[in-house]
Amino acid sequence: MPAIAVEGLERAFDEVLAVQGVDLTVEEGEIYGFLGPNGAGKTTTVRMLTTLLLPTGGSATVAGHDVVREARAVRASIGVALQEAALDPLMTGRELIRLQATLQGLPSTEGKRRADSLLERVDLAKAADRRVGGYSGGMKRRLDLAAALVHEPSVLFLDEPTTGLDPVSRKTIWEEVRELNDAGTTVFLTTQYLEEADQLADNVAIIDSGRIVAEGTPDSLKTEFGNPHIQLQIAAGSIADAERACAEIGRLLPPKDGKLIEIEAENGAADIPRVVRALDEAGIAVESLELVRPTLDDVFVAKTGYHLEDESEAADEEAVEA
Amino acid sequence: MSAIAVNARVVAALGMRSIRQTFRRPQLIAPIIVFPTLLLAIQTGGAGGAVELPGFPPVQSFLQFMLAGAMMQSLMLAGNSGGIALAVDIEMGFTDRLFTAPIPRFAIVLGRLAGTAALGLFASCWFLAIGLIFGAHIEGGVAGALLAMALVTTAALAVGGIGAAIALRTGSASVVQGLFPLVLVVLFLSTAFFPQELMIEPAKTIAEYNPLSFVVEGVREPIIAGINAGDTAAAVATIAGIFALGLVLSGRALRHRLRSG
Repeated sequence: MPAIAVEGLERAFDEVLAVQGVDLTVEEGEIYGFLGPNGAGKTTTVRMLTTLLLPTGGSATVAGHDVVREARAVRASIGVALQEAALDPLMTGRELIRLQATLQGLPSTEGKRRADSLLERVDLAKAADRRVGGYSGGMKRRLDLAAALVHEPSVLFLDEPTTGLDPVSRKTIWEEVRELNDAGTTVFLTTQYLEEADQLADNVAIIDSGRIVAEGTPDSLKTEFGNPHIQLQIAAGSIADAERACAEIGRLLPPKDGKLIEIEAENGAADIPRVVRALDEAGIAVESLELVRPTLDDVFVAKTGYHLEDESEAADEEAVEA
Repeated sequence: MSAIAVNARVVAALGMRSIRQTFRRPQLIAPIIVFPTLLLAIQTGGAGGAVELPGFPPVQSFLQFMLAGAMMQSLMLAGNSGGIALAVDIEMGFTDRLFTAPIPRFAIVLGRLAGTAALGLFASCWFLAIGLIFGAHIEGGVAGALLAMALVTTAALAVGGIGAAIALRTGSASVVQGLFPLVLVVLFLSTAFFPQELMIEPAKTIAEYNPLSFVVEGVREPIIAGINAGDTAAAVATIAGIFALGLVLSGRALRHRLRSG
């Protein structure tokens, strides 16, 4: 029995179809990466799977229970850490975990034991009696994760667990997710970070404008949709001239950050001399040039026509500004 | 453990969180305790001679008369503060954490109301203690004091239901906070601070039919005269009506929120 089975899932908000016929299957013990830019429908899908939002079409089961007809059984089986850790800044970390244990129906002594153990596990034991309002972003995410684990759920939903975190905090969360998965927990992870999906997920679905546009293992997707490409930055001259000079060598990808030129290289490194010659003949000096192996971003570009990395960087900047 | 016991634990835990939240956030506790206490001090200090006016009910002191009004003000603002706190929970996504727990979702509202009721009980003890310290008599004795406390506690629970309904429907703390002046208007158009006999029209007629006046008189009688079955029954019926209205409105608002996500 799959941990999550979704068929034709839809959600409309008035005239807008935020999720349009999503089909997916997550096997038990898998880390499933749900990748897409802001507004693609990731969070709406997660909210339906966690019973926070009723679907307007299709069906879904989580841990074998229907998300509409057996919502309470679904809620007893899942742990949820939502985007923007929903924590009460006036509570202490320990109070929050104990409250979560009570909400999950654990006896008081067991709730206290698990709270202590989880706070230790996520390295918050020393800060456990401080109010959450004084925690850093990384501490809040770790506390949110600990709260989601208090009843040892079989399926864990993590909605953008590392958005806005610094690289060190991000890696700490990744390690925790891997450990949980090694212990048998199924993880449904939404993210807008390609590296996160690549590093963690056994299977990845890419969602754009409410539809799944690609699904598979990260390696199979990269093999199927991505070719190596030559990434170059010119020292002088216009990007448009450089793109014209290289147009016959390979397909031009949308310019990254508006500065880097990317050319698909079907022949791999063998295409590099052709690019250099073409630019030289056009009188364009090259500042840097490298051959890049296909990434999930290439898959994303192949399926949507634009880069996901630019979106996630913008989201990070917003998080930092906030 | 039975399902009822588990749900009762959840309501108690959420009620405890609600109380902690109120005492840790000055802007929530101030309207419940600080403002009514200040108003009580100013009114009794400045208008104590009102008891000599013809038509003023026979009382031992103006403070004795005003205690019920202070408790009403406190419980009304406790209901409002409870609504604000619930709206803040919605705004910051904390209710999503509660909605993803395997509990009956109305337990979330009941937990909030339990906290508001506890604050009502605290307020009644606070003002009765102030009254006793500054020389007011409780004419109904211990039974009268207990009756006043019970009425204030249940009235806070009932008014909290209305605050919760508005919070759930709007999901906006600023909207619920915006009702603050309206709460005071409704309160001043009741018999909380003035005897009905001394009011002028149209306030006199409004106060006569204002449901809060029935609750005020139910709380006031055991303090200024002794337990009166008629006033108590009217207060209990009014509180039951407000409570039922609050529950219905909260239930509908909760269903709407869960449907719309």
